[in-house]
Amino acid sequence: MAPETSSAVTLNINGEKYTLSVDHRTTLLDALRERLDLTGAKKGCDQGQCGACTVLLDGRRAVSCLQLAVAAEGREITTIEGLAEGDRLHPVQQAFLDLDGYQCGYCTPGQICSAVAVIEEHAAGWPSAVTDDVRPEAGPAPLSAEEIRERMSGNLCRCGAYVAIVEAVGQAAATAADRIGTEEVTAV
Amino acid sequence: MSTATEAHGKAIGVPHVRVEGRDKVTGAARYAGEVPFPDLAHGWLVLSTVARGRVRFIDTAPVLGMPGVLAVLHHGNALPVDISWVDPQLGPPDATLGVFQQDLVPYAGWPVALVVAETSEQAREAAEALKVDYDQEAHDVALSYDHPGVYPLVGPLRPATEEKGDLAAELAASDVVVDAEYATGQGHHNPMEPHAVTARWEGDRLEVLDSNQGSPFVANALAQTFSLEPTAVRVRTEHVGGAFGSKSQARTHHVAAAMAARILDRPVRVVLTRRQMFSLTGYRSATIQRIRLGANPEGKLRAVEHRSLCQTSTTYEYVEASTMMTRMMYDADAHHTANLAVRLDVPTPGFMRAPGEAPGSFALECAMDELAEKCGIDPIELRLRNEPERGPISGREYSARNVVACFREGARRFGWAERDPRPGVRREGRWLLGTGTAAATYPMHVMPSSASVTANADATFTVRIAASDLGTGARTALTLAAADALEVAPERVRVEIGDTAFGFAMVAAASAGTRSWVFAIRKAVAQLREQLSQGAAVPPEGVTVMANTFAEAGALHHDDKERHTYGAQFAEVAVDPATGEVRVRRMLGMFAVGQIINPLTARSQFIGGMTWGISMALHEEAALDEATGSLVGADFAGYHISAHADVPAIEADWVDDPDPGDPVGIKGIGEIGNVGAAAAIANAVWHATGVRQRQLPIRPDRVLLATPGA
Amino acid sequence: MREFGYQKAADVSGAVALLDADPEARFLGGGTNLVDLMKTGVERPARLVDVRELPLDRIEVTEDGGLRIGATVTNSDLAIHPEVRRRYPALAQAVLAGASGQLRNMATVGGNLLQRTRCGYFSDVTKACNKRVPGSGCPAIEGEHHNHAILGASQHCVATHPSDMGVALTAFDAVVSYETADGPGELPLADFYLPVGDTPHRETALPAGALITGVTLPSAPVAAHSRYRKVRERASYAFAIGSIAAAIDVQDGVVQDVRLAFGAVASRPWRARVAEQALTGAPADAVSFAAAADAELAAARPLPHNAYKVRLMHNLVVAVLTEMVQEVAR
Repeated sequence: MAPETSSAVTLNINGEKYTLSVDHRTTLLDALRERLDLTGAKKGCDQGQCGACTVLLDGRRAVSCLQLAVAAEGREITTIEGLAEGDRLHPVQQAFLDLDGYQCGYCTPGQICSAVAVIEEHAAGWPSAVTDDVRPEAGPAPLSAEEIRERMSGNLCRCGAYVAIVEAVGQAAATAADRIGTEEVTAV
Repeated sequence: MSTATEAHGKAIGVPHVRVEGRDKVTGAARYAGEVPFPDLAHGWLVLSTVARGRVRFIDTAPVLGMPGVLAVLHHGNALPVDISWVDPQLGPPDATLGVFQQDLVPYAGWPVALVVAETSEQAREAAEALKVDYDQEAHDVALSYDHPGVYPLVGPLRPATEEKGDLAAELAASDVVVDAEYATGQGHHNPMEPHAVTARWEGDRLEVLDSNQGSPFVANALAQTFSLEPTAVRVRTEHVGGAFGSKSQARTHHVAAAMAARILDRPVRVVLTRRQMFSLTGYRSATIQRIRLGANPEGKLRAVEHRSLCQTSTTYEYVEASTMMTRMMYDADAHHTANLAVRLDVPTPGFMRAPGEAPGSFALECAMDELAEKCGIDPIELRLRNEPERGPISGREYSARNVVACFREGARRFGWAERDPRPGVRREGRWLLGTGTAAATYPMHVMPSSASVTANADATFTVRIAASDLGTGARTALTLAAADALEVAPERVRVEIGDTAFGFAMVAAASAGTRSWVFAIRKAVAQLREQLSQGAAVPPEGVTVMANTFAEAGALHHDDKERHTYGAQFAEVAVDPATGEVRVRRMLGMFAVGQIINPLTARSQFIGGMTWGISMALHEEAALDEATGSLVGADFAGYHISAHADVPAIEADWVDDPDPGDPVGIKGIGEIGNVGAAAAIANAVWHATGVRQRQLPIRPDRVLLATPGA
Repeated sequence: MREFGYQKAADVSGAVALLDADPEARFLGGGTNLVDLMKTGVERPARLVDVRELPLDRIEVTEDGGLRIGATVTNSDLAIHPEVRRRYPALAQAVLAGASGQLRNMATVGGNLLQRTRCGYFSDVTKACNKRVPGSGCPAIEGEHHNHAILGASQHCVATHPSDMGVALTAFDAVVSYETADGPGELPLADFYLPVGDTPHRETALPAGALITGVTLPSAPVAAHSRYRKVRERASYAFAIGSIAAAIDVQDGVVQDVRLAFGAVASRPWRARVAEQALTGAPADAVSFAAAADAELAAARPLPHNAYKVRLMHNLVVAVLTEMVQEVAR
């Protein structure tokens, strides 16, 4: 018997529940953009090769173009639309705005969602490909510009706004560290 | 009333965040494919899989029976369109605009059908299922000087060849000669936002929501192609997710969407896939450039020869005019330049950020570095010794030429004086270190535009102009320029752009957008202020003045000056000779570009251009499969652009560049950051390793193969 | 993309049963490769069985001091795990060198081993490819192959395996565990990937319908001093053109134990056993390293545009081992 090719799903997005019927082929990205009018996540390549569609799934960054909507049921989804608190921008958004960490703006929601996660991943002690010594005994490496660049590399920007993006992520991370008061952060 | 050059207010020159910035960082900014339409249908293009031949048969029946499929458009059932028209600025259209008008297939990736369905998933599956049979013919896709079809192709604005003096005699009399061939890879714009258009008809009026660099140009092309009155087409573009030349004109997807919307009598959206963009939106041809420089022992040029070969398609002539920079940068008694092309069975190339100058500056500025090495002269000193008094070919005076100031200030900040000129002597761990420099220049244009300014009853002002903001910061720059012209705070000025209802305006291209638009806005403001100065109160509907610069721009365009912007690029690289990896460690660009409107966004644009230089120098190259005549790996995994980890701290700044003879004072900055950047990097790679890399991109395999004993 | 059915597997046996019942079904893990291939038309499953939430997401230290890694552990969780970073740092480095932060959060260990080549002909359904359509030909051999295989390839296919993780796992003798309708089984990674020969479309020795449940790394004290170096055409977020996982133990200037595996040079992660044998008991110096690399690479059969890889891998062996030995000496 041919299987059902669509399902009713309930998606938990930015703290709200949305119930809809999805073609199983529908990615989370297309569900957000074409069904739920949440167009902040962008479609740059639709193949996991650019990062413009980055959202947070259960607090971790992911590319929504390779995430089937039907398989996202039960997960906590945060998009760019869910970062600000009312009129108050998230510190990462504010830093991008102040330091001109974007040009055309199309990769920007993905860069910002990714940056939010990068700061948290680093604070949680995650190493990266440019961390000299990944052994736990070595302790966490400071969030240098080199570390930010490596960790943000899954977000392509064709306008060439990388320099200002790295400055913005560094500034937002420093703000976050000030708030927490425990994290060592190197100014960029 | 004040004229343009007198209109210095408080806003210009002060950093301002982008007026649409909040929308962009919160995801609220809507791009062309993101505006909801009731009853929207989705079109998906089907592209040819052969590089030359004819469509024999398209089996539409099975596809029309698939769920949600509404129509399959192809050469057997398309609406007839007319592409025999000529655009006054851009010339005749590419035959690609004659969508589905013939069974001929002139290249791989040529549009052969559009499948329209209720949802994008359905359209995609049906498009992939559509079976197209071809009568395939042998194709010809290999770019080479040996090709019998090589011919001198007339470039934009200038002749294909320029020759003065006896080249052979001057070369023979030269004490030092550089004779080298340089090659650049095929480049693709790849803006992050894929091209997207939604078309809707209301009777005989066509409404288009688009992502483009110039709505008036797209509207004109669609009106002509569908044989409509110019006023029957309205094109709007609000936010544009990057363009770099690829969105400068109407293309296949515009015509296909409008045609499908007409046939189905409902709105149709066509969004290109990343892969489709590689054959449908233009690209920068690969180039093969030969340069010969002859000089006396002091480095003074006697002979300059620069020949550049590019490809174009069989459907349209576009030339990558790589020798233009050579014609105005350095003089010599014998000075020969030629832009050559060959027609191949390939998609039509087109304008891509710093067209001509980007690949041309790589060859010219690397050759100058080689000459400096051979003469034993510092590369900056060599350029100072070859500063011309007048345009080498034109004989015209320069309106302003502050390239020397760029080199002097750049050298000071970069620490050039401490540089050991010997190559291959600095090492740090596994890395060899080197530094390099290059000159940059790009021509200044100003094009006719019209703008309107409204004084509103609430003491605010609204400026309307069919400009586009591609991420350049144009919307903000126009706000600041208008505020200063009005002598009011920018908060009281609202700028609306991108709508053909606002009249004709210059396309956002050739570093001429903001310059042309400000010219028109200042004229409209001047007329408005004169009207307001007569003292009457502003009525509730406001007071609107519309003005255009058709006469002024034409006069400036044809005056007797060499008008250009300039820059000096500096780069430091690290090269691992064991693996061939090249990393750029830092870059500095100093530019002479007239008056800077918004330092915050100007810095971003320069750095963006320089980042393009890194990408061009190290990464970008489409891979052609000669057997099929098509690209292989046409996506972001196969076609690399620089990622975060490739881009170091980059500094960009500008020198004073007074240009009293220029009536605008504002010059373009969109391209110049890209010019010379790849040459500076390539020259730094030589300084690090002692080996010249004359082919871009400088991939690890090329470094490994060129480095003896590595 | 073809329409398909979708089911979440409740447990391992249920997952295996669902796949067993439908030959056109595929397991869905993180989806980072499968969903992409479905979009490009390379994969056209009729049904997806979602195994991402199966309870196979743990990393445990085994009794002998090795590690048992569940198949649904994400790349990120593998790379950040303290025992992975302590006992097999090259494995953590290899994972971190792959893809992007986003993709590492999604991708799973089981899926990583089964990912398909990134050969541009394979992923373009308009082109011939013996791996995708057996018998259609391998245009890469005459065409674009500057990042294709130099070792173990055949006249039928010269594609490389894209995994970084797999290179480190290969160096450390990983064993793959799986479940079928007929019960569980195990395959050493050395036997997991099939030779290319004339059947490049048959990539692994896994029985039909098998679900990878985990990977076991035997204890390997030498692995505590290990490293992964990856060379690629941009600094990050790109597949390798050559990579190496290396571990070395030196006593009194003599190599006691060494592990070497290469990435991006063959249809599978390439264990450099010839080089390891040449090095064991040899002086730990650049001369030995170079000789060992040459011995391994004697089997290389490069094509016109990928011959640089022979030099690249030679240089990587010498550079990485030299660097590691010098570090210990300091």
